Parts: sequence; C-alpha cells; structure tokens
Amino acid sequence: MSEQPLLEVENLRIDLTVGGTKFPAVQDVSFTIKRGETFGLVGESGCGKSITSLALIGLLRHPLSIGAGTIRFDGREIQALSPGEMRKLRGDRISMIFQEPMTALNPLSPIGRQIAEMFVLHRGATWKEAERLSIEALANVRVPAPERRIKDYPHQLSGGMRQRVMIAIALACEPDLLLADEPTTALDVTVQAEILELIRDLSAAKGTAVLMISHDLGLIANMCRRVGVMYAGRLVEERFATEVFQSPSHPYTSGLVASLPLLGARSKYGRQRLKEISGVVPPVAAFPTGCRFNPRCYAATEVCGTEDPGVTPLARGGLVRCHHHE
Amino acid sequence: MLSFIVRRLLQTLPIILAVAAIIFVLFSVIPGTFASSMSDDGRSVLDAEVMARMNKEFGYDDPVYIRFGKYIADLATFDLGTSFRSRQPVTSVIADRLWPTAQLTLASMLFAIAMGVPLGFIAALRPGSWVDMVSMVTAVSGLSLPKFWLGLMLMYLFALVLGWLPSFGYGDGSLRYLILPSIALGVAPMALLARTTRAAVLEIMNADFVRTARAKGMSERRVVQWHLTRNALVIVLTTIGLQFGTVIGQAVVVEKLFAWPGLGSLLVDSVTLRDIPVVQGSILVIVLLFLLINMLVDVLCAIIDPRIKYS
Repeated sequence: MSEQPLLEVENLRIDLTVGGTKFPAVQDVSFTIKRGETFGLVGESGCGKSITSLALIGLLRHPLSIGAGTIRFDGREIQALSPGEMRKLRGDRISMIFQEPMTALNPLSPIGRQIAEMFVLHRGATWKEAERLSIEALANVRVPAPERRIKDYPHQLSGGMRQRVMIAIALACEPDLLLADEPTTALDVTVQAEILELIRDLSAAKGTAVLMISHDLGLIANMCRRVGVMYAGRLVEERFATEVFQSPSHPYTSGLVASLPLLGARSKYGRQRLKEISGVVPPVAAFPTGCRFNPRCYAATEVCGTEDPGVTPLARGGLVRCHHHE
Repeated sequence: MLSFIVRRLLQTLPIILAVAAIIFVLFSVIPGTFASSMSDDGRSVLDAEVMARMNKEFGYDDPVYIRFGKYIADLATFDLGTSFRSRQPVTSVIADRLWPTAQLTLASMLFAIAMGVPLGFIAALRPGSWVDMVSMVTAVSGLSLPKFWLGLMLMYLFALVLGWLPSFGYGDGSLRYLILPSIALGVAPMALLARTTRAAVLEIMNADFVRTARAKGMSERRVVQWHLTRNALVIVLTTIGLQFGTVIGQAVVVEKLFAWPGLGSLLVDSVTLRDIPVVQGSILVIVLLFLLINMLVDVLCAIIDPRIKYS
C-alpha cells in the first residue's frame, strides 16, 4: 500500500469573523494521519481543537471559516470539492462523534431510524433494508436486544447507550476517518472506559483512522499513537504518545502532564496541592504577541514576548514550537 | 391514549367550576339589573312596583348563595337558565350563535396558519435576507394594528372603494361575508405565528442534532424534511392552540364591528341589557371551547413528541 497519508493538514488557519474583523482562531496547524492510525489532539477548552475537527468535515459555520492552508483527504483537497461532493464524503468516509450524546440525537426520531438514515443516504438502501442493517449496527456497538431497541427514542436511553448509538451512526458506513470530539466527556467514568474500548476495537477491526479530541491527556495517551498538543489555536507540540509523558518538550505540555492527578499519590507523598497552570487561555481577539503561551509560561524570557517561535523538529521524531524547548 | 384524553377532560372540570363561580360572583356585584337596564340611563327607577315584580320573577330577591346553589345545580344538568330578554333557554340562544363564531374563528385561524407558518419558515431558512425583513416587518405591524381599525380599513378598501366584498353582516352565510372579518381577526395571530415559527426554526437549526444530521452527509433539504419540521411543529402547534383561545376572545370586537351574529356580539348585547344568564352562559361556553382546543393541541403534541408521557 502506498505511504500516502490519509489526512494531511497543512498550515490550517481558521478565521473568526467579528464585525468585519477576522481573528485567527486556529493558525499554522499542520499534522498528518495515516490510514488506521489514532491521532490525539489535546489542550484546554478554547484551544481550537473542536473547530479544527469541524473544519476537517466541512462543517464550519458562520462566523467561523477556513482562512488559509490546505486539508487533503486521501490525496484530494477538500476545500476544492463542491458541496455535493463534500456531502458524499461526510458520513460515508469521514464521520464524527460529538461530545453531548444527550442533544446530538434527534429527540423525536427513533434511534433505529437515525441509524438507518446512513444506509439510505450513502448506500442507496430502502428503509426496510436499512432497518435490518441498523439492527446489525446496534449489535456491533454492543447494545443488547438491538431489534427491540431500534424503536426506542433517545430519551429512553442512558448517556452511554446514546453515545453507542452515535458510534453506530458514525461507523455505519465504515468510514476511513472517525473524528471523535470529546466522546466521553459527558459520561460517567466507568462508562467512559467502555466507550473508549468500543471505539478502539471497532476502528482497529475496520482499519479506521481516528482523530481523538480531548482535554484529558491521560485518555489521549492511552488511546493514541501520536499526540498533538494545542494551545491558543496553535499546535505547540507533536510527539509519540509514550514520549509526551516521559519527556514533554513544551512548557505547556509539561504543565498538562504535571497537573494530572495521580492515583495513590496522597498515601505516597502525603497531602499535596494539585499542580496547575496559572491563568486561562486568552480569548481569540486577545492572543498575546510572540509565543502565545508566554504570559502563563514559567520559562518565558524576553524573546518569548516579542518573537513567535518557529517549529523545531525533535531528535526522536515530533515537533515543538518553543524558544526554550527541553 | 384514551385514558390520557379522559384524564385531561376530567382535569378541566374544576377549571369550569371555578370559572362559573367567578362569573357568577362578578355579575352579582356589578350594579344594575335587567329591570334597571330598561330605563334610559340604566339607573333611575321606572316604577318601584314593576321593578320589584321583575326582580322577583327573575329570582333576584333570593340571597346570593341560594342563587349560586341553584345555578350550579342547573349547570349539572346542562341547563344554563332562561334568557331574561327572549325568554328562551340560554342553551338554544347560544346554540344559534355558536356556528357563526366557529366559522369566524376557524377561518381566521386557517388564514393565520396558512400565511404565518410558511412566512416564518421561509424567513428562518434565509435569516437576514429580504424575505426575512419583509415577513418580520409584516409580522410586527400585524401585531400592532388594532383590530377595529384594521377592520374599518378593510371595509373601506374592499367594500366601499373596490366594491368586491360585502362590508358587514352575515348575509346568506356565504363565504363572501366571512372573508373580511376573518382577515381582521386573523392578522394578529398570523403575525405571532410567523414570529414563533421563525424563532423555533432558527433555534432548531442550531441544535446539536441538526449538526449531527449535517455530519451524516445530509443535504439541507433533507435536514429540514427529516429532522427540522417535526421538531418545529411541536412548538408551532402549542402556539396555534393558545392563539385559538385568544382569537375566540377577541372575536367579540370583530363580531361587533362586522355585525356578525356570533357569541361575541351576543355577549356584548347581553351585558348591556344585564341579561345575566346569557352572559354567564356565553362566557362559560367560550371558556369551554378554549379548554377543549388546548386539550386537542396537547393530545396532538403527545402524538408527535414521544417525550410527553400519556400517563
């Protein structure tokens, strides 16, 4: 098989238009995902992870729009596609799972019908065939008694069950790429593990590449081969997941790693305050000059406030965007 | 389903009783009686003896609580009493007026729904476009125009200047007579429906499940057909139900203006004459209609929206 990556994102910029002024909410973001690979995007809320994924599936809506850069999916530039061609791609070859399973399903439509729509839209199936296929799809996401469940409405299901339905919808047409935008954030911890396992198993079985978005570095490190760390609309570090934990390069990544609560830490080291990164992510209209992390950075020097750091390749593979990377 | 309807019907009983009590008390404390309304100024005494005889005849010399007891007892047998003026049973007086009022309110609501819902829908699908501007300006003006003024203008234009339609009255009961009053009555609910529909559609357009539908690769037309319409319908239907009730109430003005022989004009005439049994009966029937229509809407909503439980 050719080594052409499934997804190539190059210098992506996403503009937020407010009253005629454009602010770059996401800037200079580049990464690639190979077929069957799991890639994680991590960062605090407001870093631009979700809008990056929406850009990939062509669902950015006013006031957000792609300002510059290219997104190539399977060798084709998706910005060059007509709306009709993009629609064929959406759901069929790129699909998406959202954060809130409570509201992401139509409350007035039985779940079976909502899954069946995928087969009618992309496979030209009749509603009858599609119903049979949706029972199979539900069985695949390990929903018990799927032939009875298809008649249920979303409000009759638990959060975990709803997210399973969302996964069934997203994987119905066996896409090449699955975008999972915080798929477990709204769920109980025990359910989280089940859902993640489900995503991992199903995507591995069909060779589906996954872009996993989360603010939870632990989860990302568990699920993904490679990780991109985003801060204030920029990719600040990109590494193999295992290395991010052992030797984070960017001070922001170090901060994220240090702020992870450790199970058993209290009995080992005594009661300690959890580490945190002071300050908050700046709003899009007020990104600082120079390195965008410099006001919150412990290692910041004068140059950080004036000059935008470029991308430095790391010795063991990966990239970092910092003047003082370790 | 059936038990849901029956239960909703039973729930209306206490409301009807409360309304009956309020109406009764109200018309027991306002000054003036049928007898006194016979005089020119409504106050001066015709002849003390005649007045006393009339009051006795109509049961006005009994204490209030006895009259109320009688009233409720009669009500239980669907007897609304006898009109002071026509000496006919109130039920039959009202029955004669019910059909014209039903015609008028139904026609005006049909006008409101047929115009307002599509207008709001189109406006919401193209927010900020000229269609949106025009329909929302129409909606705001529709809400602000007083009904009697609008009615007069309609009469002036279509009856007097153009001569297309009769200016007032019920005539032979043909549709020609119905058009102007139902437009006069239907413009306000039309405007409100347009605004509600627009808001509902816009809200649902931004809902998460619509984003899911788009992520599935659905065209905008399919999104509207498969996911949006049904969700918007629940909100629109509720507004239609509430507007129906308002229209029945506001029909009083329009009926009076167009000399339409409905419940509304009967009510106004009977109040002036202190024909209390007819007044009480008409209000009660209007309230009943309001309750029934809202119950119907609730049932329809429960059919469309599975989250509304029957039990």
